Amino acid sequence: MDWGYIQNVLPLYGKAAWLTLRTGAAGILLAAIVGLLCAAASHWRVPVLRRITSAYVEISRNTPLLIQLFFIYYGLPKIGIRTRPEACGILGLAFLGGGYMAEAFRSGIEAVDRIQEESALSLGLTRLQTFLHVILPQAAAISAPAFMANVVFLMKETSVFSAVSLMDLMFTAKDQIGLYYRTAENLFLLVGAYLLILLPLSMLGSVWERRLRYAGFGT
Amino acid sequence: MSDVVLSISHLTKRFDQQTILEDLSLDVREGEVVVIVGSSGCGKSTLLRCINALEEIQGGEIRLRGEPIRHNSKNLPEMRRKIGMVFQNYELFPHLTVLDNIMLSPVRAQKRSREETRTEALTLLDRVGLKEKAGSYPRQLSGGQKQRVAIVRALIMHPEILLFDEVTAALDPEMVREVLDVIVSLADQGKTMLIVTHEMSFARAVADRIILLEDRRILEENTPEQFFTSPKTEQAEKFLQSFEFKRKKES
Ligand SMILES: Nc1ncnc2c1ncn2[C@@H]1O[C@H](COP(=O)(O)OP(=O)(O)O)[C@@H](O)[C@H]1O
Ligand SMILES: [Mg+2]
Repeated sequence: MDWGYIQNVLPLYGKAAWLTLRTGAAGILLAAIVGLLCAAASHWRVPVLRRITSAYVEISRNTPLLIQLFFIYYGLPKIGIRTRPEACGILGLAFLGGGYMAEAFRSGIEAVDRIQEESALSLGLTRLQTFLHVILPQAAAISAPAFMANVVFLMKETSVFSAVSLMDLMFTAKDQIGLYYRTAENLFLLVGAYLLILLPLSMLGSVWERRLRYAGFGT
Repeated sequence: MSDVVLSISHLTKRFDQQTILEDLSLDVREGEVVVIVGSSGCGKSTLLRCINALEEIQGGEIRLRGEPIRHNSKNLPEMRRKIGMVFQNYELFPHLTVLDNIMLSPVRAQKRSREETRTEALTLLDRVGLKEKAGSYPRQLSGGQKQRVAIVRALIMHPEILLFDEVTAALDPEMVREVLDVIVSLADQGKTMLIVTHEMSFARAVADRIILLEDRRILEENTPEQFFTSPKTEQAEKFLQSFEFKRKKES
């Protein structure tokens, strides 16, 4: 292991890790919003939207991210929609993650007793107020473990971003190995960087999960 | 004769092909306490749920102070604010404290000020002996306490009518009393109420009128005194007998 070399490329990895984090976080945030909207559409049984939503969930969860990225990056320009690599990565992640998040939220919402909703409606709250103040907070607690698992999963999925020439961690490692043949050093850095990002996320997830379990709403 | 608060006329309710209520009519006047009794599964809960449009109805009409309540009407939330409902299993919101449970709807739906609502909530809680529980979560309360909170949550909306659906059925026997006492005091205050219950001595004490629901319709309507001492129908007699125990003793 050449520590001098590692020191030299460390700033490169820092930049790449920042890119991974930035695009990952943006993509995941968008995915959560998309997922929430989808879950709301299926909860309210919005006539047409509900069909579109469930089709979207199936498509997004049953196609690989790499192919979704290719579609956005190489396919969409053919119909005049051009995206920069970073936007492409974020959109791809949001498209993939939206489906997973929709399922996480949907199962949480379904786990809230229907009579809780009726109780809120009978107090004269509107359907939106009922959703925001009564159903969603309870659903969020139930969905939290699945949500955190999705966050970690989506963060890992960012490793295919290099395919649309985003200079993320994977891109940097491949680039360095190609240029200098420093395989061991670069793999070490690559794994180290991912662990540094993902381990805290996983740990945060399990702490959160445990706290929710102890808060245990119950009845 | 005082004003009619709730007017149900020719109500028909079906689930799929099964008719639960048929051509049922009932008026509740201001300040009146009407108790509904009937065997399990005869449609008592369904009737209450129709009144605040938690169930769609297939025929007839329900009016509150003359205004129709319709399942699909735009002003449904507004109508529901005038109808207080207390459920068998309390249905408090587990993620909110007692105080927030009570304040949610006045603040969000009625747009009342937080200060005024909090003051009233604490006054009402005090009246049911639960002022010190304002900051507790529902899971920290006993069943009887939860049900009293649920009653306060309905009361703070100042509803035209209160609906109670077997509100002591899920309680341990020693907690039944504390909840029923609250309802009796509401009756004394002149609140208009429609109560479904299996507690016969409570029904007798609190009711101005007793209604026996059976066979999709109102089978008997009577004063509590007459209902319990000399019911008009054979079915009422049979129903009352189901609460009694007899033993053949060898002499
Ligand atoms: N959502 C529903 N779908 C189909 N049948 C129902 C539904 N809710 C209640 N029922 C039926 O309606 C009848 C009356 O129920 P309910 O009003 O709960 O009776 P009660 O409160 O008098 O015990 C029962 O036979 C019950 O099975
Ligand atoms: Mg019932």
